[in-house]
Amino acid sequence: MTPNDNRSSIEKEYASLREEAKLRLKRLRETGQPNIYIGMATCGRAAGAIETKEAFEESLFKRDIQARIIPVGCMGHCYAEPLVLIEQSGFPTICYHQVTPGKARILVQNFLEGGDPCLEYVLGAMQPNDMLPCVTDFPRFGMEKRVVMEHCGLIDPDDICQYIARGGYAALVKALKMQPEEIIAQIKTSGLRGRGGAGFPTWKKWTIAREANSDRKIVICNADEGDPGAYMDRTILESNPHQVLEGLAICALAVGAEQGIFYIRAEYPLAVEKINNAIKAAREKHLLGPNILGSGFSLEISLFQGSGAFVCGEETALIKSIQGERGMPQVRPPFPALKGVWEFPTVINNVKTLASIPPIIRKGANWYAKIGTEKSSGTAIFSVVGDVVHPGLVEIPMGTTLRELIYDVCGGIPGRKKFKAVQIGGPSGGCLSEQFLDWPIDFDSLSEAGAMMGSGGMVVMNDESCMVEVARYFLDFTQKESCGKCTFCRIGTKHLLDILEAITKGEGTERDLELLQILSEDVKAGSLCGLGKTAPNPVLTTLRFFREEYEAHVFEKRCPAVMCRSLIAYYIDLDKCARGCDACMGSCPVDAIFTTKDRKKSIDQSKCVKCGECVSACPPEYDAVRKVSPPDRIPPEIVPQMEG
Amino acid sequence: MEVCRALEQGDKEEERILSDISSSLKLFERKRSNLIPLLQMIQKRHGYIPPMGMVLLAQHLDLSPSHVYGVATFYNQFRFNPPGKHPIKVCLGTACHVKGGEIILENFERKLGIKAGETTRDREFSLDRVACVGCCALAPVAIVNDKVEGHMTPSKVEGIILSLEIEKEKKKREADKDDTE
Ligand SMILES: Cc1cc2nc3c(=O)[nH]c(=O)nc-3n(C[C@H](O)[C@H](O)[C@H](O)COP(=O)(O)O)c2cc1C
Ligand code: FES
Repeated sequence: MTPNDNRSSIEKEYASLREEAKLRLKRLRETGQPNIYIGMATCGRAAGAIETKEAFEESLFKRDIQARIIPVGCMGHCYAEPLVLIEQSGFPTICYHQVTPGKARILVQNFLEGGDPCLEYVLGAMQPNDMLPCVTDFPRFGMEKRVVMEHCGLIDPDDICQYIARGGYAALVKALKMQPEEIIAQIKTSGLRGRGGAGFPTWKKWTIAREANSDRKIVICNADEGDPGAYMDRTILESNPHQVLEGLAICALAVGAEQGIFYIRAEYPLAVEKINNAIKAAREKHLLGPNILGSGFSLEISLFQGSGAFVCGEETALIKSIQGERGMPQVRPPFPALKGVWEFPTVINNVKTLASIPPIIRKGANWYAKIGTEKSSGTAIFSVVGDVVHPGLVEIPMGTTLRELIYDVCGGIPGRKKFKAVQIGGPSGGCLSEQFLDWPIDFDSLSEAGAMMGSGGMVVMNDESCMVEVARYFLDFTQKESCGKCTFCRIGTKHLLDILEAITKGEGTERDLELLQILSEDVKAGSLCGLGKTAPNPVLTTLRFFREEYEAHVFEKRCPAVMCRSLIAYYIDLDKCARGCDACMGSCPVDAIFTTKDRKKSIDQSKCVKCGECVSACPPEYDAVRKVSPPDRIPPEIVPQMEG
Repeated sequence: MEVCRALEQGDKEEERILSDISSSLKLFERKRSNLIPLLQMIQKRHGYIPPMGMVLLAQHLDLSPSHVYGVATFYNQFRFNPPGKHPIKVCLGTACHVKGGEIILENFERKLGIKAGETTRDREFSLDRVACVGCCALAPVAIVNDKVEGHMTPSKVEGIILSLEIEKEKKKREADKDDTE
């Protein structure tokens, strides 16, 4: 067979797959039945999507209405879960938010049966129309640019036809007809940089592995996602696993590998299930396995479950753990691209990096290069959580400013509170203050500011968050996760943590502040892998941008955010406390609240564990519980006597 | 007396688990790279990895028990004591931490009289800390019997444990009634 014949036969095979997929979906639509899409990724389930689905099923059955329920992944709008899309003829596709079982029953009754789209539950329509506002009119949708997450939440991850019908695997077909060098050249032109944290140019890694002289090469998708506050990789795998699979196949094709491994953390059972299903489905369609679409290229993909060690996200540690050892990082060079798993050249890429490949190949490298900034092309995905109105996953073009992201896309800070800081990049990132709000988000600006793209975790904090405590939290994490190989990382992080703990307890000294700085720099310099090299970042950035907060803890024994529990006290304002009200007393988990002589309430400081429960229990019209720092700020007249 | 009986029962339970482990190990190839998947298999079947299970695994793969122990303890996923009937996990991911996840954990610890990572003596409850479960919008979050409970407060902690205990009482009473009948 000449190469030309081969090419046209690949085309033909794919065209028939595509036809079949389209036909199947068309048939589904033609029946005239409404389609109900329910977001069933982990986040949706947590918010009650399973109960919602059951309510739909039960209600449809009871009213004898024919409709199809299609479980889909997650669109990233966590604030609105459980999210439901309804396709009903005569209406645009409508997106409903926070669909509880009760709302589900009402939607079946009023909308599917009665024809009233229940405007009060609507988030927006999915297409422009003259009936309802469209979701893209809202900045949370409109300002996003979906490349990696284009299909997330819109298709059933277990149905390969839905991905194929939307152009899925066309990029693999295109790549099968290209020379490997051509593929790599395309990736180079696109400017794609690794989304696993460091932003290493993807084409360089691939070139090294391509040129390595070995009869066996391996490609790995890194889905270890160890950051304790980020979940975008999981969401992508649960919502559209095929796009990642396609990316991994193109990567294997480019570097000349015939073996692929998905390294997923075992704590992600749903993602593991979806990937397993996806591999099986792709094999059945000859998009994976031996002789893919008759091209002569073969690829076997297996799955390895990581066992929950943050450091195993690091390439060399990940390799050790696949080999059945303790996940300890190794000295590089040799780089894994030359000598990786069992000494074979190994390319390791992040989930988002791989998921970016199919759109690049399909729509062209120049199209991708135009998105984002010159040095950081494409989009960035963040899980924005904490004190924002619309938390969730967002995909924005690189170069968007932090202010646009936090205030426009995510709706700003709720409850008339003030923005204080944003923590970017998880345990290896840093805390940035207000002065950085107008900085663009891209690899280089963030590093320059002292943070890091890192995992893509982003926590927005208002003025009730204590920066020393945040630094302590991350140090506590990295200290526990340090594998123990390097002395500075193992013992240095422990000392950093001890000092931070002392400061949050009001036991810090001036010398401690100096020590924090010196020790942080030493840990950075004396560690082998990225974990130790970046662990001090949260300390260094908070010391730099929020020094006055450290000083308040050390010199005044005061926590300005009134958060560090050793430095605060709760008391009840007797002028506001209502005689005879028992709300706080019932809520206290340790019985620290007692009734005073004049039948008001007071807190026994020796028993109080400072959980803040009484604050939420006190009826808003009294609003009598106060929180102060330092504890000796309790007005002296508040020390009341017990009843009787 | 009751403790003795419980211990005896525990021994029998462990014997059963160990014989299950030996027979399921036989189905796997004896190669070193199978170590972590096999540890995962044992934990999946029994909820934890008993010390003797590690010895059996070491024999199967021709490794030293200390090597197996070293690998198993390196990873957070593995636990070495049996989980409770009602596993409780408190999220201490970044978002939950900022919203007071620590306070929720403390309340569970106080109510159950155990620390994170432990199981109550009657093996009813076990308590663990986990990192982000992916529903930060509901922070702080706890997972009780695999169900996510969002917006946790100390009084909700009390409510959850109370309702589980009431359920247990009810079951016990029904069982007693069946016995007498
Ligand atoms: C401590 C540590 C943890 C890491 N965790 C992850 C992770 O969870 N996921 C990931 O993709 N990369 C992680 N990385 C980065 C990887 O080492 C590696 O750079 C990345 O997988 C390469 O993929 P990319 O080129 O697509 O970015 C981590 C690095 C370090 C030092
Ligand atoms: S941090 Fe707790 S769910 Fe994300």
